[in-house]
Amino acid sequence: MDFKLTREQQLAQELFRKFAETEIKPLAHDMDESEQLDMELLGKMQKYGFFGIPYSKEYGGAGGDNLTYTLCMEEVSKQDGSCGITISVHTSLCCACIDMAGTEEQKQTYLRPLVDGSHFGCFGLTEPNAGSDVQGAQTVAVQDGDDWIINGSKIFTTNSSFADTCIVFAVTDKTVPVSKGLTAFIVDLKHTPGVDVQENIKRMGIRAAQNCIVTYDDVRVSKDRVLGEVNKGFKIAMKALDGGRIGIAAQSVGLAQGAINETIEYVKVREQFGKPIAAFQNTQFKLAEMQTKIDAARLLTWRAATAKDNHEDYSSLAAMAKLFASDVANQVTRECVQLMGGYGYCREYPVERMMRDAKITEIYEGTSEVMKMVISGGMNLKKKK
Amino acid sequence: MENYNSADISAFKDVWVFCEQRQGVVQPTSFELISEARRLADELGCKLYALILGDKVAEHSKELAGYGADGVIVCEHPLLKNYTTDGYTKVIVDAVKERKPEVVLFGATYIGRDLGPRCAARLHTGLCADCTHLDVNTKVYQDFLGEASTLAPERIAGTDTAMVMGEKKEVGHDLKMTRPAFGGHLMATIICPRFRPAMATVRPGVMKKAPFDQAKADAAEIIRPEFSLTEADFETEVLSVEKAAKKLVDLIGADYVVSVGRGIAKDVEGGIKLGQELADELGGVLGGSRVAIDSGWLSADHQVGQTGKTVHPKVYIALGISGAIQHKAGMQDSECIIAINTNPSAPMFEIADYGIVGDLFKVVPMLIESIRAIKAAK
Amino acid sequence: MKVIVCVKQVPDTSGKVAVKPDGTLDRASMLTIINPDDLNAVEAALKLKDETGCEVVVVTMGPPPAEKMLREIIAMGADRGVLISAREFGGSDTFATSQIIAAGINHLGLNDDDIVMCGRQAIDGDTAQVGPQIAEKLNLPQITYAGDIKVDGREVIVKRMLEDGFMNIKMKTPCLITCIKELNEPRYMSTFGIFDAYNKPVEVFDYETLKDEPLIDKNTIGLQGSPTNILVSFTPPLKGAGVMLEGADKNTCNELAAILEKKHII
Repeated sequence: MDFKLTREQQLAQELFRKFAETEIKPLAHDMDESEQLDMELLGKMQKYGFFGIPYSKEYGGAGGDNLTYTLCMEEVSKQDGSCGITISVHTSLCCACIDMAGTEEQKQTYLRPLVDGSHFGCFGLTEPNAGSDVQGAQTVAVQDGDDWIINGSKIFTTNSSFADTCIVFAVTDKTVPVSKGLTAFIVDLKHTPGVDVQENIKRMGIRAAQNCIVTYDDVRVSKDRVLGEVNKGFKIAMKALDGGRIGIAAQSVGLAQGAINETIEYVKVREQFGKPIAAFQNTQFKLAEMQTKIDAARLLTWRAATAKDNHEDYSSLAAMAKLFASDVANQVTRECVQLMGGYGYCREYPVERMMRDAKITEIYEGTSEVMKMVISGGMNLKKKK
Repeated sequence: MENYNSADISAFKDVWVFCEQRQGVVQPTSFELISEARRLADELGCKLYALILGDKVAEHSKELAGYGADGVIVCEHPLLKNYTTDGYTKVIVDAVKERKPEVVLFGATYIGRDLGPRCAARLHTGLCADCTHLDVNTKVYQDFLGEASTLAPERIAGTDTAMVMGEKKEVGHDLKMTRPAFGGHLMATIICPRFRPAMATVRPGVMKKAPFDQAKADAAEIIRPEFSLTEADFETEVLSVEKAAKKLVDLIGADYVVSVGRGIAKDVEGGIKLGQELADELGGVLGGSRVAIDSGWLSADHQVGQTGKTVHPKVYIALGISGAIQHKAGMQDSECIIAINTNPSAPMFEIADYGIVGDLFKVVPMLIESIRAIKAAK
Repeated sequence: MKVIVCVKQVPDTSGKVAVKPDGTLDRASMLTIINPDDLNAVEAALKLKDETGCEVVVVTMGPPPAEKMLREIIAMGADRGVLISAREFGGSDTFATSQIIAAGINHLGLNDDDIVMCGRQAIDGDTAQVGPQIAEKLNLPQITYAGDIKVDGREVIVKRMLEDGFMNIKMKTPCLITCIKELNEPRYMSTFGIFDAYNKPVEVFDYETLKDEPLIDKNTIGLQGSPTNILVSFTPPLKGAGVMLEGADKNTCNELAAILEKKHII
């Protein structure tokens, strides 16, 4: 076992760190306040290849691996959770679906611009009445000649306000459970009549990210935009979410590490009772506990990413990483605010934002409860017959 | 000149100062250098010559000599009107080869630092860049070390010799060129013991200009060395020379930052004007605390602190800034911090190197006056 | 056409600078970075590559770990690297360093349409000497302090910055240019470049490689070939506690101005 990053991974980590500190950090506060992403910033991230890391050069990607992708997620999220989720949804949900289920032609047509930095992607699965339980899905697609007509609405579609491509999941066979009658479509969000992306939903955290309701009103797509086989979309969605969870785990690690880094700088200079608060054992012990948890979360994340890179079964590993890391992110950011006291609670410092951002990591791409279902589902708990 | 040998040390004598002129105006650093080089020539017991190149520049000879030069070497040619690396290097190298000075000094200007290295390389000798202190006499040098360094007395005493090519060598007759390195964290004294001339570029503004001596000016010997220069000697062509309107500096890269805070509230416009004036005087830029930005007194790109920019200039002057932790986060690593504030218990004074308790509207104009007086005296 | 960019790995002096008790720098304990001005030279070269498709070769002299810096610059877009590294080259001052790098460039081959680019100066030594001295040893025309560069075939026009303005200067390739911070905004590595960086060639030029170059002579390289010696290096006295200047009057202001003068600020 070797816990060392490869030479390429080390270079990539340096790039992500330097870029995030120089380019993202100065904008994070304002993006949160304005609930807007800086599109120029996203453009730079596209140019430097932040949006196509684990995809083959054959399709215009960086030719990297999933571990490198987690390094990107961590470094970006250390400065801004909103930018983190933007990359994550694009990379491990949208691109992943086309990469795993697309035909060669679909990959060249739709994946290439997504991973080479020309297009943004999103993923439309969640509906107002179908969150953890996909069974409630009401978006439907019916065949009309060579085309499909999609009707329905999706909620919390991250990146949808600016994305070019969305993987939309619609029920194509109502006679069976949704898990057997769901189909994935590659929809051009910008140029397809009937697509309506609504306002960014007001949220507690990751406020700069764009999570909107998207409605599909008689949206006509050609059959070459069907991803994978008809009625086989559920598996694509679940597999994509398995991978997405590695990204969310890395985002959680980043939020926690970012908060503790800010806090360390603060406690060294903040003096109370005649000495820097870093000199109090309470501060030292708290920081030690937090850093240990963060490292544990990072190792779980790296293990899941490595398993995916090695084409091993990573579903449970990813769920464990996300379950643990998201919990750590919430604990650590909350403690960091506490250590920084009144200033920590102020919006002038980034830790309160990180605390708000951390909460969503326990909710999206499968809640912590769903993670426990996935993990326990792999533990052979059924009664012996 | 064929048998010119830079290692034949005993063949070299006299100190030369390259006097830079731009569009016929002698640069102030030339006078500083002549003044300082006078001392070096006296310590070496030799003559000091000013060297000036250009088109019709002989008229400056007396002015140069008046600051301490025994003579002025004038090289005039229409092709020397504007500075060019090729033209100036050729003429200087030829003059050095012919007359063999043992020390040649340049101002460490954008031109001096282009010309010096090129001449040194062609003459096969050493060059020390951007010096802030020069000595020949060992005793004088050691006194300087006693004041300017943390070296132990025995280490200072040992500076009368150096290991050169594995042998101990007396350095009593060598030019000791002291310069900052690593952003000023470290100082080093460089010698050029095996070759001549010893060459240095000297940081402008560091050496003091001597009083002008009319008798010295009148007594100057004018030398016009012969040299050949044709179009064929030039591989570069100056298309135009232009003056910049104003030097643009950004907050992060600035060497000097003057910031204003709540203390200017009673007269915002006046306070900003004073801060800008002081910044201009130092060649620095204006910054502000969060109060100054949030109140709309300055635009956001001026903000120093937690939500603004982190700066580490050579000097940070805080005018009417109390020193909240958010502000300190952006400037506490400045090399030198000067605080002016009416409140003697302002936290800014705790990290300041120099503090004045007083009203910035009274103190700053006086300070600007004092700075101008010193500059005028130079 | 190719652009040869000379770069240097330097200790990061913007952080804490560690000095050993003997007054020399504790390089081992400091992080190393690519010299900032050199990155402007790299960017200028890569811009030219974007425009003309020319080749960009990055050259450094230093110990073997400097290879990582070359890989970083390749990850930014350079095509290949050369590491000039040998025990015989150690201890070189600017004169000897430029002698060796010039020999390396010569060995690499300098064509009529090639350009050599350097940073203005390195933050460890701040000498600004190696660029012009390389040009001298290769007999190239030079323009230092470049604030803008235009290349049209073999004709190069550079806006050469001065303290109080600038000159526009024309020269022909082959030539050498030194670049300043104001010239451009260096790009980052890209992930596209990173995963290719270790597949591109990095050659090592050691003493054996260069020993037959006319510029390489025992008397012009290394410690022996360096005209300058360090007599002593030292740290300035520690910064004392802050001083409160008494009274907000003219005398105090004169005192403060005198302090500024002593610190060479005015």
